[in-house]
Amino acid sequence: MITINAKNIHYRALNDSIDKAVRTSKNIKLTDVCGQRYIGRGLDENIKIKIYGTPGNDTAAYMDGAELEIFGSAQDALANTMNRGKIIVHGHCGDTAGYAMRGGEIYVEGSVGYRVGIHMKEYRDLKPVIVVGGAAGDFLGEYMAGGAIILLGLGLSKNERITGRFCATGMHGGAIYLYGGTDAFNLGKEAAEVKLTNSDKEFLKKHVKAYAKHFNKNLSAVKVNNFKKYAALNKNPYENMYCKN
Amino acid sequence: MLKEGDIRIPAGCAISAIIDKTGKRFSGNDIIQSIALMHERSNGLGGGFAAYGIYPEYKDLFALHIFYDNLAIKMKTEEYLSKHFEIASAGNIPTRKVASVKNKPLIWRYFVRPRIYIVQDGYLDEEEFTKRCVIRINKEYKGAYVFSSGKNMGTFKGVGYPEDIGDFFMLDTYDAHLWTAHGRFPTNTPGWWGGAHPFTMLNWSIVHNGEISSYDANRRFVEMYGYKCTLQTDTEVITYLFDLLIRKHGLPIEKAITVLAAPLWDEIARKSPELKKELTALRTVYSSALINGPFSIILGFDKGMVALNDRIKLRSLVAAQKGSKTYVASEESSIRVICPEPDKVWSPKGGEPVIVYLDGKGAKKREELC
Repeated sequence: MITINAKNIHYRALNDSIDKAVRTSKNIKLTDVCGQRYIGRGLDENIKIKIYGTPGNDTAAYMDGAELEIFGSAQDALANTMNRGKIIVHGHCGDTAGYAMRGGEIYVEGSVGYRVGIHMKEYRDLKPVIVVGGAAGDFLGEYMAGGAIILLGLGLSKNERITGRFCATGMHGGAIYLYGGTDAFNLGKEAAEVKLTNSDKEFLKKHVKAYAKHFNKNLSAVKVNNFKKYAALNKNPYENMYCKN
Repeated sequence: MLKEGDIRIPAGCAISAIIDKTGKRFSGNDIIQSIALMHERSNGLGGGFAAYGIYPEYKDLFALHIFYDNLAIKMKTEEYLSKHFEIASAGNIPTRKVASVKNKPLIWRYFVRPRIYIVQDGYLDEEEFTKRCVIRINKEYKGAYVFSSGKNMGTFKGVGYPEDIGDFFMLDTYDAHLWTAHGRFPTNTPGWWGGAHPFTMLNWSIVHNGEISSYDANRRFVEMYGYKCTLQTDTEVITYLFDLLIRKHGLPIEKAITVLAAPLWDEIARKSPELKKELTALRTVYSSALINGPFSIILGFDKGMVALNDRIKLRSLVAAQKGSKTYVASEESSIRVICPEPDKVWSPKGGEPVIVYLDGKGAKKREELC
């Protein structure tokens, strides 16, 4: 394990140190992180980084297999265009997490901001998954093309909604699972509730269990039957706007 | 060099603010550290601060901060000033040499009181009189810019990174109960000293990250009421909208906010009949004051602070609280760098303001419009 103290270090110097450190150790610990961008960008398999503090925007951008565990909260654009790997956030998360994410998993203990999972996509064996313990802001899964978003809605107050407005607007692939569902007026025009299948339930069980393990929580009260699933009404709603291919 | 309005340079910005609602004052060190952490969001072509509570010894006088391009325009402007105001004190705003801050204009500060007989003759109050004089100078005195005109508050801004501008103006030597800050990544236009944020009018100051798509509609609206947008930048118009809605039209802050970031029509349709009527009236009467486009703004004023996002949150904004202090910033790390363990951290929703009144200032009831 190599420990790097990030206090007052510019993001370029910090990322250079991480690049250098992974040549000799696959386990890295970063302390006193505060706003440095792009940590974990492009890093590949078998590398594990524990991050203490508040990593900056675009953490794990283009990440390709590494595992990041953040003891703190994440800012905007976490896992931007991430390919593979895993991120565990012991806190909350800003806007646009999972922006154009193509594979891998994100687990967020608390809530997430606006436009989470915007334009997520899947390809063959690559299927991105975002699991959120709390609620999400507006435009969850906007233009979503693949993968899955799971919201557990844990610990919400009476007035809090599990999603904001315009959930799944422009969605044309993938699935959104919301514990207890969301209000019809919060759902975009391009998606609708569909029936949970047995394979959905298995999938949910697996990820709820993983969430409980990562955050050391007892989730026996969370019943997979209470999830509602939302999927796209049309697989290719914009084809008439462009050349057919 | 091409000036504002002649060239378009697209990009983003950083904002930050700290307020102590008890009115306890603290130096500019924290706000400089907070905005400096977001260095990457700026590009050195604009930075600035607004500070409230800094001039207690002159709290009843208007503090005019003015940039002059040359001595000739300074003399001409001072002639105008002394005709309209009693000048209690005048002098350079003290600055420190900072290598990266170049091409500074002449930077002067005047503590003034409107000449009573002129105010009385014009049936104006002091605020309206001062506002008109500020607009007159900014419009007609080429090479002179009044960039701050409130009481017991001041704006400090220029071309440079915000942390360098803060150092340049020696903000570590001022104590304020509210600080706001801006780092500019010139949105669409090149930087110049007058065009840096905050934009102020009387006690109102605005720092802004974003772009106002409705600028022309808003500009036409405020210009009908005697304002003049002279700074070639969209943020200026937000300052005038707040001044118009709150100071002139007497709207409470909360209602002014529902004008600027009005709820969508389908949301209004789901409200109670009473609220529906009120919101519909506000959207109808003030349709030209609706701000469209991506923004996060922080408004400073004599009674406190408001932070606000556009209705669909196209710019980031995080808030936190610790004891009597409230923090807002474009990034959570800029709060944590000066307040590592806040009592509470949250992301305000689009159109949902963070309003902090100074103790005893929020209770004052104003006649409500609806």
